Amino acid sequence: MSIDLQTVKKIASLSRISVTDAEAEAMVPELNNILGWVEQLGEVDVTGVEPMTAVIPNHQRLRQDVVTDGNVRDKVLANAPQAEHGFFAVPKVIE
Amino acid sequence: MSNLTDLTVAEIRDGFRAGDFSAREVAEGFNANVAAAKALNAFIVETPDKALEAADAADKAKAAGETLGALAGVPIGMKDLFCTQGTQTTAASHMLEGFVPTYESTVSGKLWAAGAGMLGKLNLDQFAMGSSNETSYYGNVISPWRRNDGGNAALAPGGSSGGSSSAIAARLCPAATGTDTGGSIRQPAAFTGISGIKPTYGRCSRWGIVAFASSLDQAGPMARTVRDNAILLETMAGFDPKDSTSLDLAVPQWEAGLSSDLRGKTVGIPNEYRPDGLNEEISAMWDRGIAWLKDAGAKVVDVSLPHTKYALPAYYIIAPAEASSNLARYDGVRYGQRDLPDGAGLQDMYAATRAAGFGPEVKRRIMIGTYVLSAGFYDAYYTQAQKVRALIARDFDLAFEQCDLLLTPTAPSASFALGEKQADPLAMYLNDVFTVPASLAGLPAMAVPGGLDSQGLPIGLQIIGKALDEQTVLNAGLAIEERAGFTARADKWW
Repeated sequence: MSIDLQTVKKIASLSRISVTDAEAEAMVPELNNILGWVEQLGEVDVTGVEPMTAVIPNHQRLRQDVVTDGNVRDKVLANAPQAEHGFFAVPKVIE
Repeated sequence: MSNLTDLTVAEIRDGFRAGDFSAREVAEGFNANVAAAKALNAFIVETPDKALEAADAADKAKAAGETLGALAGVPIGMKDLFCTQGTQTTAASHMLEGFVPTYESTVSGKLWAAGAGMLGKLNLDQFAMGSSNETSYYGNVISPWRRNDGGNAALAPGGSSGGSSSAIAARLCPAATGTDTGGSIRQPAAFTGISGIKPTYGRCSRWGIVAFASSLDQAGPMARTVRDNAILLETMAGFDPKDSTSLDLAVPQWEAGLSSDLRGKTVGIPNEYRPDGLNEEISAMWDRGIAWLKDAGAKVVDVSLPHTKYALPAYYIIAPAEASSNLARYDGVRYGQRDLPDGAGLQDMYAATRAAGFGPEVKRRIMIGTYVLSAGFYDAYYTQAQKVRALIARDFDLAFEQCDLLLTPTAPSASFALGEKQADPLAMYLNDVFTVPASLAGLPAMAVPGGLDSQGLPIGLQIIGKALDEQTVLNAGLAIEERAGFTARADKWW
């Protein structure tokens, strides 16, 4: 299957990356080239094969249900582009 | 006394302890080399004061007769993918320009606790996505190596750990950290004539390392000798409750266990790694490597890894899929850049921030990942890739019923000129054809230099081991190192 300009714009939108029309047009052949190449995976017989979930068998651990960190508000906010009154600040989302 | 910056990690460690030189002398020597090598662009941030601080602490501890850490007196380079408290960490992106972590990654923290000092943060491909170090927002890293044709074409140091490989080859640091998702330690090591090991997935904690593809990312050391890799890996590895995929196992004493006597070991040679049209010099180097391992006492058998050709396409579904999810965190709200066009709402801010903050290769991979995970395509791409990945891992399991380790080339060619492959993403991806399969299976794999090709450029060999058997990988690396006698180094032009 190949993707068109509209699909590229849809993917960009889902990815939350703004693209100009020219950028999107340039990406059409690029992405088709890569997707066309990975489609060779379709020829592999995977009957009865479970998709891999963990490369090295490792059981999930349980830890003590205790608080191990916290009280680091200022550290958490230290790298925020905009922090006000101890909160992350974003453009207005409700009119 | 010979030049301190020509010493290996082991020589620095031992010479410092013996009182042959002070840690400060070593740090000053490397600081000077770093400062004089701007032309290589190997560092994004230089931290000479950090190196001196650690050196002074080591000298003081020694004078006071205190117990010294395993890496006391040894300065190293830190790939700029590891969060370092108080020192900018960018993943070579514009997105994280100015990001100063308030915490330390587990692996870097272990290295500092062992007495190592930081010379600086090393350049890399942006978010570790690339094989030539041409995707960094902070400019290309240049390899210290040049072709012997009298020209001065700037060559790729490999990627993504290209700052690490270039700096070690140019004697700007005796060792450095790397990370390897599909070959990012091994391919740059091969391109620059040094060694590097990607341990078994889960050996080194991923906590505090900027994430690319979490089921593949693994930290490891890079240095000029196999012994140095063993020394660093012992410090870097170990269980970390903060990484749920960290393996709760004791760290072996790899350095003490080093032995180049391979009697009783069987080496598998996978035919699928010798495709039609394989570069003749790479092929000849492989044959020499086989002879070296036989000379070390190993038995050699042919093995088959039938799904090898599907490893790269599976990787280029799985890695972008995981990247698209991991990199969703860069939203212009919590850290990093924010681009807020006039009158923009929240959604517009996300899209503008990510358009400005990510480079073209990062955007490409996020978009491919988003596409293969999107409704209607998930099974055809992602689930199929994870099934093929299971088959690739099974190929290795079956091969390891007949042998203890595998020997292959590391990369399909020696280093290439910057710009040569940049126009075609697919041609660039093919660089990782020999390194990706072991990544998909989570196996330990190491690159060691074998010699120079007819252009005068290093080419390397790759050893792949069974899960958790880093010792056999290191030992085979040592056997090759002793026989290859690789002492070539790039003539200084920078």
